[in-house]
Amino acid sequence: MSTARALLQWVDERFPLTALWKSQVSEYYAPKNFNFWYYFGSLALLVLVIQIVSGIFLTMNYKPDAQQAFQSVEYIMRDVEWGWLIRYIHSTGASMFFIVIYLHMFRALLYGSYRKPRELLWLFGVFIYLCLMAEAFFGYLLPWGQMSYWGAQVIVNLFGAIPLIGDDLAVWIRGDYVVSDATLNRFFAFHVIAIPLVLLALVVVHLIALHEVGSNNPDGIEIKKRLDPNTGHPVDGVPFHPYYTVKDLVGVVVFLGVFSVIVFFAPEVGGYFLEDNNFIPANPLQTPPHIAPVWYFTPYYAMLRAVPAFLHTQFWGVLVMAAAVLIFFFLPWLDHSRVKSIRYKGPYYKVALALFVISFVVLGWLGTQPTDFLGSVGKTDIAVILARLFTVVYFLFFLLMPWYSRIDQTKPEPERLT
Amino acid sequence: MAGSEVEGGKRRFLLAASSVGWGVAAAATAVPFLASMLPSARARAAGAPVEVDISKVEAGMMIRSEWRSQPIFVVHRTAEMLSDVKAMDSRVADPKSDASSQPEYAKNEYRSRKPEYLVLIGICTHLGCSPIGKLQAGADSGLGSDWLGGFFCPCHGSKFDLAGRVLKDVPAPTNLRVPPYKFLSDTRLLIGEDTGA
Repeated sequence: MSTARALLQWVDERFPLTALWKSQVSEYYAPKNFNFWYYFGSLALLVLVIQIVSGIFLTMNYKPDAQQAFQSVEYIMRDVEWGWLIRYIHSTGASMFFIVIYLHMFRALLYGSYRKPRELLWLFGVFIYLCLMAEAFFGYLLPWGQMSYWGAQVIVNLFGAIPLIGDDLAVWIRGDYVVSDATLNRFFAFHVIAIPLVLLALVVVHLIALHEVGSNNPDGIEIKKRLDPNTGHPVDGVPFHPYYTVKDLVGVVVFLGVFSVIVFFAPEVGGYFLEDNNFIPANPLQTPPHIAPVWYFTPYYAMLRAVPAFLHTQFWGVLVMAAAVLIFFFLPWLDHSRVKSIRYKGPYYKVALALFVISFVVLGWLGTQPTDFLGSVGKTDIAVILARLFTVVYFLFFLLMPWYSRIDQTKPEPERLT
Repeated sequence: MAGSEVEGGKRRFLLAASSVGWGVAAAATAVPFLASMLPSARARAAGAPVEVDISKVEAGMMIRSEWRSQPIFVVHRTAEMLSDVKAMDSRVADPKSDASSQPEYAKNEYRSRKPEYLVLIGICTHLGCSPIGKLQAGADSGLGSDWLGGFFCPCHGSKFDLAGRVLKDVPAPTNLRVPPYKFLSDTRLLIGEDTGA
């Protein structure tokens, strides 16, 4: 027996290393028909690692102090060896995280990956999405630029719109009467330790749930229903390693290629990944002429702006925005279709999904622009009218789903993977 | 052990009682942590009143000051501006400031102690951006030829008149807030305190 093998045996007698490797990787059977859309789960893990590693190194030079924060970021960019690279990796990683997660979620909408028995898997995923939004929001204040400052001011004031407790709640969140040094310091704590801990725990839980129920696939049928009588493994399954580790590596190489092009040639992506106004230090007395969040929040921001004040409170817009995110939690129980995958769903779902994607993209685009950029009809801005229209479409995708998914003309699912 | 059925009730009681005890202890422990996030003594002290010299604010002009790190607008209104405020009554959402926040002495036509001096917290009641002073009436403001002067919030397009009253059909729900203030003399304002005025 070789030394390595002896060492492995020594470990296995004390920790189930080989057993874990087999049950979770080399003998974890995944459907054999994974396509392009199945890259984004593993890519999300990759971005998580990139963000944690680059984040740790940024922390070594960043100062969470209102007097020094902006300067320390510029110090990282100019004076720290390779600091510019680490910072651009981190800022690009934030946007890439959302791109990957949005595509990952779209995959679930395509193939019904949230349906029974994967409801909990989906719920953990939505919690991860919420954590990611919080993480991005807290992190965005840290450079202490104009957009950092006023973005945080606007979002914290959303809580201030809650009736009765709102004002006190907003003061408690900020730790001051306006966004200030106290706010920056606590957002730093949330960004570097509190949220990442929760995020990591949720990712582990998400993966445990995934490996318990098994992956869905583009046909939306359960491979566990058909087991090979000799081996007991699904006949339509292949071991995750080496089949999908190798496939995912291809995705990783292409993804890192795209990532590098952005980091090295266009880290600001025309003001979408890093907003122009954020290169000006925060000034609590001067709001920039046009405030917009980073692109990944703009669909919800467009909804917030679209809802008018009513009964002397603008809480309704906040409510609509929150509902737009939280409604994802209910998806497993809204879809009553006989089939999971879009391949066998009827025209209603295909049209509904297309409209949903269009409304998400259009809202995202509207959210990056000032409300008056398309002119106005009478006293109402055209952009606001459009945002209202697509907000309604966005919600109808979910709210009408119990009805249209039931009466849709579905095709019969195949017995085996195609 | 004999009599486990008899012990069952006692056990459940002890379990419930100790759970409640631990719950109370946990909640009590959470208090200092949550309270530590409230404004510190230093932040509260920074909220102390500030004096503003208004001797150099000419009629028709505005200065910005700072109180509790919030922008404070002080506008010296001309007689024409005051008549424009009256003219705006039908175009503002809350003409009598019933739904808005201001000290009792500022809940009047001009929302101020002295009609010619307007004092406002320069934070939009929509989502906390700081509006821009567009004091001049007319189309040059970029806000239309029927603009009679006031404030414009660049974030979401809320408009306010020269008394800080919110116009109809804009996102902001209420008028700009008026801080507590008093005149120490004809040319000195104290922002943040109004007792003994």
